[in-house]
Amino acid sequence: MNLIGEKISYKPDEQFHLNDVSFNFKKGNLYTILGRTLSGKTTLLKTIAGLLNPDQGSISFEEKDFIKIPVWERNVAMVYQQFINYPHLNVYENITFPLEQRKLSPEQIKKDVDEALKTVGLVGFENRKIQELSGGQQQRVALARSLAKKAKILLLDEPLVNLDYKLREQLREEFKRIFSEGLSQDTILIYSTTDPQEVMELNGEVIVLDEGKVLQKGPAKEIFENPSNLKVAEISNDPPMNVLKGSKNSKNLNFENISLEIPNHFKNLEDKDYNFGIRASEIKLDENGEEFEIELAEISGSETLLHLKRGNSKIIALIEEVMNFKIHEKVKINFNANKFYAFGEDEKLVSSPYGGTNG
Amino acid sequence: MSKLYTFLKYFFITFWTVFVVAPFLWAVSTSFKDFQSVNSKVTYIPWLDFEPTLEGWRVLVKSPAKGGVDIVEPYFNSIFVTCTASLISIVLGTLAAYALSRFTFKAGFVRNNDITFFFISQRIMPPIVLSIPFFIFLSTIGLLDSLLGLVVVYIVLLMPIAVWIMVDFFNRVPKELDETALIDGCNPYQAFYKVVLPNSIPGLIVAGMFCIIFGWIDFFFAFILTFTEVQLLPVKVVALNSSITPWWSLSASALVSVAPLIIVAFIVERYLSKGNLSGALK
Repeated sequence: MNLIGEKISYKPDEQFHLNDVSFNFKKGNLYTILGRTLSGKTTLLKTIAGLLNPDQGSISFEEKDFIKIPVWERNVAMVYQQFINYPHLNVYENITFPLEQRKLSPEQIKKDVDEALKTVGLVGFENRKIQELSGGQQQRVALARSLAKKAKILLLDEPLVNLDYKLREQLREEFKRIFSEGLSQDTILIYSTTDPQEVMELNGEVIVLDEGKVLQKGPAKEIFENPSNLKVAEISNDPPMNVLKGSKNSKNLNFENISLEIPNHFKNLEDKDYNFGIRASEIKLDENGEEFEIELAEISGSETLLHLKRGNSKIIALIEEVMNFKIHEKVKINFNANKFYAFGEDEKLVSSPYGGTNG
Repeated sequence: MSKLYTFLKYFFITFWTVFVVAPFLWAVSTSFKDFQSVNSKVTYIPWLDFEPTLEGWRVLVKSPAKGGVDIVEPYFNSIFVTCTASLISIVLGTLAAYALSRFTFKAGFVRNNDITFFFISQRIMPPIVLSIPFFIFLSTIGLLDSLLGLVVVYIVLLMPIAVWIMVDFFNRVPKELDETALIDGCNPYQAFYKVVLPNSIPGLIVAGMFCIIFGWIDFFFAFILTFTEVQLLPVKVVALNSSITPWWSLSASALVSVAPLIIVAFIVERYLSKGNLSGALK
């Protein structure tokens, strides 16, 4: 009864948009697809919806070959990152459109639409024109249309990316509520995003996609704690995880003429060269720390992002207060050695502070 | 500064209005004159300068036997040919444009853009190049000097305009709109007429307006491809001219023939001012 994709490849031009992607989505679950722009997220969702036919591979749903079923008979719903509604219809008509297409009874339609409007908080907006709504409201209409359909597969393609910061926060909260209350156990929800924070908050099963390839699958916590390779570590952190080329010997970790005491989880590690990973939030200002040069300081809300340089290494530190830094000034910082990751020279995870390894 | 600006603005608007409207006023005035008032001295205002007469207008509806030039039939011929050809061009052109905008065609080295260019290229040639082929074509199928033949020719002339405008319009309608319609249970035909078409009304209006204008004002093909059975308005208006130029009936017929375009312009202007031509889709 699951939605199963096997070895799906799609290569319309020189590059793979999807490269040997397989998945097994179970009903009643939330799946997030995490990947950067152009990583194939939209292509994957469109393939599931039936708007694209893969060159290779198969998709089956409820034991039926999904690829043979045309889009309009698949009973899927999709919300795009652009706010796509029918501009010639008002809010109410927009939501009834798919239901009327399915020839449901007027009473049923009214009930479903009212319910959907209530879920997304648009009661009272029924007769508004789409053009009169704000971006957030337009996206709510699109979501309401998808919910009212009670489709068995609900696809959301970066639904928050075109909204401003405040609205995104607010809608993200609401999404969590809607997904937990408003969906039946019969629905498969697939949500794509570039934002690691969204993935963590939605806390579903994650698929990390890059250049059309699946890099890692697993629960959100697992992806965050034990990224299977450097790419995943970069994609699943914002700012991306810092990478420092260095080596380990029996006593120390060495990189850029800095020596750190070996943290416990590195004790059993072979002595050789590694790519060390450290999150921006695990770097602190410290009078007794190591000297780095400031390349750029970004102040965002209550935090400061420091772009630092030493030798050939560039790192980003997240300082949890607003401070004024001068460019090219030297600062002293300290690394939280207990939170170091070690990736091999093949970029695969060797050791993580949470105990994961990738063999 | 701002006063000077306002002054200049209104000055130029006034100047331009006079520039545009004056010929019309002149035509209106002249259409009520007779030989005497046109040729004796310069006159402008009826009753004051000259005695108005309806002779110029009467000629247009009098039968040739009574010394008139009957433009009633050519007038309705023109309306029929222009409307029919425009309608067919819009229907076919819109379908072609949608296909060219949404689907990828490959035939040898030919791609979508080449097909679009093929349509537009019909308008690149000077019309005279097409006159002989059209003449031979129509005479072969026996449609020379007939309304149907003119409709066929005008479709060839007008459809490229419709295709050109509508391809551009459809390209600006997000593809995701069609896709959403498909996902919401429409088959491709339903997606087209239930979703894409209702959102393309502004484009259809513009394309229709251009088709009507270009169809209505064509003299060349109406002149070459008709003889005695069927005549269109532009040809008839020119035929009014004789050894003594009848300025009064020429003016009257000019006003009559420009009237439908003015009506179309007023209808379209209401859509324009409602802001319906832009921002319907964003």
